[in-house]
Amino acid sequence: MSAEPISRREIRAAARKRSDRQNMLIAALSTIIVIGGGILLVTTRQGWPVVQETFFSVDAFRMSFPDILRGFWIDVKLFLVVEVLVLIFSLLVAVLRSTRAPALYPFRLISAVSTDLFRGIPTILVVYLIGFGIPALALPGVPNDPIILAAIALTISYTAYVSEVFRAGIDSVHPGQRGAALAVGLSRAQAMRFVILPQAVRNVIPPLLNDFISLQKDVALVSVLGIVEAFRVAQIEAASTFNYTPLLAAASLYVIVTVPLSLFLDRMQKRDRGRRRLEEARR
Amino acid sequence: MSVPVLEIQGVTKAFDGKPVLQGIDLKVEEHTAVVMIGASGSGKSSLLRCINLLVDIDDGDILLDGEVVTDPAVDPQRVRRSLAMVFQHFNLFPHMRVLDQITLAPVKAHGIPKDEAVEEARALLARFGLADRERDYPDQLSGGQQQRVALIRAIATRPRALLRDEITSALDPELVGEVLEVVRELKVGGMTMLIATHEMAFARDVADEVCFLHQGRVVERGTGRQMIESPQEPETQKFLARMLATRAV
Repeated sequence: MSAEPISRREIRAAARKRSDRQNMLIAALSTIIVIGGGILLVTTRQGWPVVQETFFSVDAFRMSFPDILRGFWIDVKLFLVVEVLVLIFSLLVAVLRSTRAPALYPFRLISAVSTDLFRGIPTILVVYLIGFGIPALALPGVPNDPIILAAIALTISYTAYVSEVFRAGIDSVHPGQRGAALAVGLSRAQAMRFVILPQAVRNVIPPLLNDFISLQKDVALVSVLGIVEAFRVAQIEAASTFNYTPLLAAASLYVIVTVPLSLFLDRMQKRDRGRRRLEEARR
Repeated sequence: MSVPVLEIQGVTKAFDGKPVLQGIDLKVEEHTAVVMIGASGSGKSSLLRCINLLVDIDDGDILLDGEVVTDPAVDPQRVRRSLAMVFQHFNLFPHMRVLDQITLAPVKAHGIPKDEAVEEARALLARFGLADRERDYPDQLSGGQQQRVALIRAIATRPRALLRDEITSALDPELVGEVLEVVRELKVGGMTMLIATHEMAFARDVADEVCFLHQGRVVERGTGRQMIESPQEPETQKFLARMLATRAV
């Protein structure tokens, strides 16, 4: 240690470092006690071996996982197709609802009514209604493939939600932007296309992703139509072996997809907050 | 005498029954700058928005080069293409780079080939000292730079007249000088302008005519010097006394 006087800056830095180290130590200790204690408490109970065998059986996992994974591939494909369809239709509905041309009035009315309608009906009911209802009509030229009908049902249901997200995005763009776009001589349609929509979409990316995480889980609803996707496979396995491990295996597959999406969403929202703060600081 | 570029004849406008414009008469001759002064809410901004057909007027008429543009049969987009507007808060498009924001209207609304529009935009950027800023987004620019981009965006369409709605809160002194300089430059270039402002220096130094608006009427008009230094109407005197008490001219 040198004898010469230490600067205020160094004293502060040292104090900060000391307190940081102390905080970390406390956090680590607390985590070990709470979580370690919890695990110890659960695994030493009398019933634990039964729980382990029923939900976390390695054998049952090994037996069922390949089939579940194959089933999950159907979920993924369905998700990707429905996702794209929902984006297209909901954007169309949102833009349509913000138009003012009198000739488009019936379309505005239809999209407003159907949005309110389908947001109110449980998705599972829509899937059931379309998946079983349409084949029952036995109309020529109408698809009977349950996967196609499931995709239609999910698209209808989710378009209702997502179009509202886009509409909120369009409303969130400051009216002065539209004024400025018109003032430079753009038409209403051009103002929408080049000025309002790009900002609207950017503003609603977080809630959009949120709805997609929902959709990614809700594709499992199509199992009611007898489509053998991950959840259905797991259900069949569980029912025949009285072991619930396959269900957890299926659950983990959904989680593997949704968790990265959520983390990505969190990061984006954080960045967005940072950018907004920066913008405000500039004003 | 030639036909004025802009002529406002007895224009009235009420919002929700509250009168904002109560019979405004005003003319802007070619290559001149007319400046409107008056307290917030006196109708300056509303008049500019009416001229640009962003707001429908109730009574009276607005003429552009002798044509009545407030006739319901007139296509507003055609009128707006020959006018330009700089908004109080600039209303720049936050998602577009400076160059794209300037070329958007010339390319999409005026059908000018992209190369030509870019070339012209670059020339304007250079003229206003923003040559190295064409790839920036608006939030990367200072207030003064944003204002110049808004101005370039407006004049890039080669308008018959430029409408300017100056910010109502005090500009920082450096910015006042900058704006004055830019407007002088535009005047030299022969631009026809109608400007709403709170900067008296501005009114005195660049205006060919100054109009004092009070409660939606033109109460007094005259040359810049005459209006700022020896106003006749008591309302004008009161307004100027208040303005001069709070800021140096």
